[in-house]
Amino acid sequence: MCFINLISLRKSSFFQQNAQNAFKVRLSIKTALGDNAYAWDANEEYLFKAMVAFAMRRYSSKSTTQISDVLLCNVTDRVSFWFVVTDSSQNMTTVPGSVVEAAIRMNRNRINSAFLLSDKTLQFLKITSTLSPPVEPSTPVWLIVFGVVLCLIVAGIVFLVVAGIQQRKKKNKESTERENLEEKGEVTVTVENGIPCEALDLKAGHINGVFAADDERFTSL
Amino acid sequence: GFLIPYFIMLIAEGMPLLYLELAVGQRMRRGSIGAWKIISPYLCGVGVASVIVSFFLSMYYNVINAWAFWYLFHSFQDPLPWATCPLNSNRTGYEDECEKTSSTQYFWYRQTLNISPSLEASGNVQWEQALCLTLAWLVVYLCILRGTESTGKVVYVTASLPYCVLIIYLIRGLTLHGAVNGLVYMFTPKLEQLSNPKTWISAATQIFFSLGLGFGSLIAFASYNEPTNNCERHAIIVSLINSTTSIFASIVTFSIYGFKATFNYESCINKVILLLLNAFDLEEGSLTADNLNEMKDYLMATHPQEYAQLSPQLKNCSLEAELDTAVQGTGLAFIVYSEAIKNMEVPQLYSVLYFVMLLMLGIGSMLGNTAAILTPLTDSRVIATRFPKEVISGVVCFINCVIGLIFTMEAGNYWFDIFNDYAATLSLLLIVLVETIAVCYIYGIRRFEKDLYTMIGRKPNWYWKIMWAFASPLLIISLFIFYLTDYILTGTLQYQAWDATQGQLVTKDYPSYALAVIGLLVAASTMCIPLGALVTFIRKRLKRE
Repeated sequence: MCFINLISLRKSSFFQQNAQNAFKVRLSIKTALGDNAYAWDANEEYLFKAMVAFAMRRYSSKSTTQISDVLLCNVTDRVSFWFVVTDSSQNMTTVPGSVVEAAIRMNRNRINSAFLLSDKTLQFLKITSTLSPPVEPSTPVWLIVFGVVLCLIVAGIVFLVVAGIQQRKKKNKESTERENLEEKGEVTVTVENGIPCEALDLKAGHINGVFAADDERFTSL
Repeated sequence: GFLIPYFIMLIAEGMPLLYLELAVGQRMRRGSIGAWKIISPYLCGVGVASVIVSFFLSMYYNVINAWAFWYLFHSFQDPLPWATCPLNSNRTGYEDECEKTSSTQYFWYRQTLNISPSLEASGNVQWEQALCLTLAWLVVYLCILRGTESTGKVVYVTASLPYCVLIIYLIRGLTLHGAVNGLVYMFTPKLEQLSNPKTWISAATQIFFSLGLGFGSLIAFASYNEPTNNCERHAIIVSLINSTTSIFASIVTFSIYGFKATFNYESCINKVILLLLNAFDLEEGSLTADNLNEMKDYLMATHPQEYAQLSPQLKNCSLEAELDTAVQGTGLAFIVYSEAIKNMEVPQLYSVLYFVMLLMLGIGSMLGNTAAILTPLTDSRVIATRFPKEVISGVVCFINCVIGLIFTMEAGNYWFDIFNDYAATLSLLLIVLVETIAVCYIYGIRRFEKDLYTMIGRKPNWYWKIMWAFASPLLIISLFIFYLTDYILTGTLQYQAWDATQGQLVTKDYPSYALAVIGLLVAASTMCIPLGALVTFIRKRLKRE
């Protein structure tokens, strides 16, 4: 019956209009459900017709679409088919595509969940779905982490600089004290070449085993 | 395939030159400028050239750390921001540019760099990148603040943490699906590549960069050693540890790379299968990866017209092609790894680990570079007596940070590539060549032997002497010749620019001022050597008169 109807619709002078009013549907049941996939048979088709009729009724309260008004055609192994919605009260004319589209859009989740599928696995080829945007917090997350790390680093720098200044002040005070004591001749300080030994901070005194033992460098990319 | 030139270069160049630099630093007890002045007064230019190369390197290298910080901070989201494309303005699909290329490339080129279509279109400074760059420089300043004592402690962390992360990644990487493909690719020698001189050049520059030869940082660090330190043993140990680490890291890299290539290959095949299923309304599951080729022939025979219509969209998926996509340039490293990470389970954890490791390595390198610059400055009595070392380090970091803001502009990545390709490579070869010739022939290899005998108590054996006197200089000269002939043959220099409308890289010529900058970069360091000799010569003449 489906083919006869489609052929008759095509032969009619409303060919253009009817071609616009038909929608192709594609289901990817095995991709979505894997081992739990159900087979597509006449019962599933009945459910589909029921859902489309439900969508039409829900969209417009005046609508009196019956399950028998929804015509499915050309079901393939892919599980894809065409469908049109006819209006039985007006002598088998097809309902305009824009109305069907709006109805389906409004009830998309209900239709999807009836078949345990999603927007991607139950595709209405002419009806694009609006994608939901990702949730964005008010302050970007990266700025928060950046702020935390920045504060830690600045605190470290300030601490080291202040410690360095204090150390230098202490050293200056010690050396002036020592000079005063030296003038009084009370402290014997080991002196080499006119420089007190403690003040010597030669490179030769420090062994940096870290560099000698492990010198990993980032290889140029 | 890269392993053979790598090992040959290591034995011929890496170990001897490392030993040479460590010995020079330890004996002369000065940074690079002072050390070469002692070897021969005409060679003060070599030290200055090293410092200039280190200066250029520190200018642009910290930008990599800034990028690593950026990715690290963005790893704390679910899902990762580079995992999916953002939606376009009317929410019906994804952004155009992101559709044409992949989401990871879009994140790198658009959201990280906000790259402009060419070098001439400079654009504005990206404040997010500028912030990350400032943070990177603050971290470096924190580490070098107190001089080499504090640097020494920091390096304990920055050197050991990457090993931990690499081990975690090794375990994770080897258990990934498709990792074996990457490993097989890495270990199969490609003999035709061996005949290409570019492979040898890149092996040599790899060794130079990873060991840090020619930058002056090794001399600087060695000058802090005790005079009786056994630098021969250290040189061997360091270069062996360095190579094993490189091999270890490349095993990890290639296993992850194999995973990414296999994943992309399988997605490509799945896309082709879906396309065919939808076009011919075949049952789901009738087309699999195994029977794809036969089914394609069958469909071509039974439905020739529709198949012909469809064929421009059917891509030929090839695992080899995926593995061959050249891993070059810093940007590609970020793209490849972020792409591999987004497909793992718990990607946030692996992402954080990876970028922390990258940061540790980058900061470790920066410490070496800044030490190479600071040691001559703190050695010179003119500057060191007037300013405390905190101020000197601060000024150096500040100047570098301000100059580094160039690389945060929209065209910044192109300037970065210029610096990356030209600032160090040629000058390093020349500096290392002059170093070897200077120590062997100008200073005299016998004098050097005696110095080593006083330091270690053992004269260097014939392997070291042959390498220093003949093999290394010859090898470097031949590399130099290859490099120059390659440049002359290819003519003008070109760069890869990102075309947003096509979603891929296109080749463009450098404008004249960019070529001038390249020339300046190379000349600034290489000209120092003859200039230094000339200046000393003139000074001596004037003194005599």
